[in-house]
Amino acid sequence: MGDGALTRTPDRPLTGTERGSKQARERIGQPPELLRRLLRAKDRMDAASHEEWPVPRLARVSGVSEAHFARSFKEAFGVPPHRYLLTRRIERAKALLRDTDLPITEIAFQTGWNSLGTFGRTFRDVTGESPGELRAREKAAGHQLEPVPACFLSAAHRPDLKTAVLEKRRQDADGSMSGSQQMEVS
Amino acid sequence: MSQGVGVVGLYVRDQEEALQFYVEKLGFHVHTDARNGDYRWLTVQHPDQPSFQLGLFMPQPPVLDEATAQALREIVAKGAMPPLVLVVDDCRAAYERMRARGVEFTQEPVDRYGSVDAGFRDPSGNGWKMIEARRDAGRA
Repeated sequence: MGDGALTRTPDRPLTGTERGSKQARERIGQPPELLRRLLRAKDRMDAASHEEWPVPRLARVSGVSEAHFARSFKEAFGVPPHRYLLTRRIERAKALLRDTDLPITEIAFQTGWNSLGTFGRTFRDVTGESPGELRAREKAAGHQLEPVPACFLSAAHRPDLKTAVLEKRRQDADGSMSGSQQMEVS
Repeated sequence: MSQGVGVVGLYVRDQEEALQFYVEKLGFHVHTDARNGDYRWLTVQHPDQPSFQLGLFMPQPPVLDEATAQALREIVAKGAMPPLVLVVDDCRAAYERMRARGVEFTQEPVDRYGSVDAGFRDPSGNGWKMIEARRDAGRA
């Protein structure tokens, strides 16, 4: 929703991109009733990001057909559902690394990973450092965070994942990985 | 208190639905319900907070053009409006009471930093945190 109507000033002509996206949004805008139901799926992932959220389960929560769910979700929230889930898991793992002394293995399992290796690799791909490094850095910084309600604070630390993790990894490795892995499909 | 914030408004998709939710499920009272043609100025009040009104407003013409109103309805339905906080004495008791009345909770009560909080949404998509008041009421 960052484009066009809400932010532009009337005395500046629209650029081609703005005009295009405004038209696109008006043409394919999603009904609020559908968005509200898609939000329910997002809320459920927020509440239990450690659980498995295959598309049929999410589609059921939203009352949307499996065929349309992933596309509708991405259109509504800007990221595919499983990438969204991944950001929530990483966010929670970061909070647990920062705020608790739980072993990293335990954090991996608590946040929904079945393997420590996958957790560590994904974590590094998304945040740029290993879980252990992040913990050491946060401990050293030791800042006071309390006055902000924990949930909002946690949202501020959510990784901003604009590309698929695999894509990110591919960019870093410059094409050395095979492109056929499907990390986001459960 | 004679100075301070008097009204803060929410956008809702349906004022009748919102009224039922805030009054029957959350226990607010109606403060003002005034109609002028299609426009309805509707505010509710927490029973313990007589100096503050929560407005339940429709994004609608003629106050807004239809495209802007539609954009706002979408934003609300996506849960993208700013956070709201309801302070309660006993979060778990309020959770049980509200859940029995059909409130859609997004987060069950959780102990955090010496307090308890839960999360719920109104029918339109506005998200609330419900936080138990700390017993050492020194700071807000």
